[in-house]
Amino acid sequence: MKTVFVTVGTTSFDELIERITSPEAVQALKARGYERLVLQVGRGSLLPAADSCPHVTLEAFRFKDSIADDMKQADLVISHAGAGSCLEALGAGKPLLVVVNDKLMNNHQLELAKQLHMDSHLLYCTCSTLTETLTTMDLSVLQPFLPGQPKNFANFLDKALGVQ
Amino acid sequence: MALLEGVVFAVLLICLLFIIRLYIVVKSGPKYKPGTKGPIAVLVVAGSGGHTTEILRLMESLSAAYTPRHYIIADTDRMSEEKICTFESSKQHSDSESQFTICRIPRSREVHQSWSSSVVSTLNALRYSLPLVFRLRPDMVLCNGPGTCVPLCVAGLLLGILGMKKVLLAYVE
Repeated sequence: MKTVFVTVGTTSFDELIERITSPEAVQALKARGYERLVLQVGRGSLLPAADSCPHVTLEAFRFKDSIADDMKQADLVISHAGAGSCLEALGAGKPLLVVVNDKLMNNHQLELAKQLHMDSHLLYCTCSTLTETLTTMDLSVLQPFLPGQPKNFANFLDKALGVQ
Repeated sequence: MALLEGVVFAVLLICLLFIIRLYIVVKSGPKYKPGTKGPIAVLVVAGSGGHTTEILRLMESLSAAYTPRHYIIADTDRMSEEKICTFESSKQHSDSESQFTICRIPRSREVHQSWSSSVVSTLNALRYSLPLVFRLRPDMVLCNGPGTCVPLCVAGLLLGILGMKKVLLAYVE
C-alpha cells in the first residue's frame, strides 16, 4: 500500500494535522494512489482516531523512540520544516514535502526549507497551499541528498584547539 | 553629593574594565589551544528536538581527546536525555571509562513565548547557569543555537572575563 508519513518532530503543528486529514487533502492523496496515512503528531492537541478518515487506512501516534521504520515504509514524507525531521527524511532517501509553519518566531525554519528546495531536495508549501500542492506536485524533479561530513567538523575543531 | 559622584565613577570604571576584559577575552580566543595540554572538557548544549540530534551528529565525529563531556539540557526537555544516553553508550571506548554527565537548567524560552517574557526567563536560566559553569570549568562550550545556549555561553564568557578560566565558545549553525 502506498504510504504517506506525516511528521512534526517534537513540536505541535495542529494546523498541518487538521489540513492533511481534511476531505480535500485525502482526496488529493487518493488521486495519487496513496492509500495509507501515518501521522506522528508530537505535542499537538489533535490525535485523529483510526477510523476518522474514510477511504484511507489511518494510523496516528505522538512519539516513538525511533521513526526510522515509519520513514522506511513511506513512499512520501510530509514534514514540518524542522532540521532534524528534514534531514532524517532526506537521509532515508524519501521524497519530501515540507509544510512551513508560518506561526513560528522569525520563521527560522523557512531558511532551511528554501535552501534545500533551491538545491532540489524537497518541495515546500504552507498549510493553506497544502491541498493544491498535493494535487499539482511533481516529485520526479527531486535530487538525492548526500549526507554531510561530520569528520570535516572534527578536523577543523582539532586543528583550532591544537589537538595532537 | 561627593558620595554619589564617587559611586557613579566607580560603576563607570567597573563597566569600562568589564568591556576591556571582554575585548581581550574575545580577541585572544583563537590563540588558546587547550588541546596541547591534554583532554578537552566540553560543555555540550542539547536544545530541544532537532538541535539535540544535530549536536550528537557532530559529537559522533569527535575523538577521545574530548572528555569529560557535560551535556546540559532544559528541565522541560523529555527526549534529549534518552538520546544522549543511547549515544554515549554506543561510543564506549574499551580502554577508557565513559566520562559524561547530564545536567538540567531552566529553559530560557518556550516556543511561542513572547520576547519580553523571554528576557526574564533567560535571566532566570542564567541564575542556574553561572554556578554550573563555574563548577564544571569546561575548556569549550559547544552549541548550535537553541535558546538554552544563551545563558551558558554568557556564563562561559564571564568565566574568562573574571580571569578564572579560558573558555572557548563554538557555535555551529
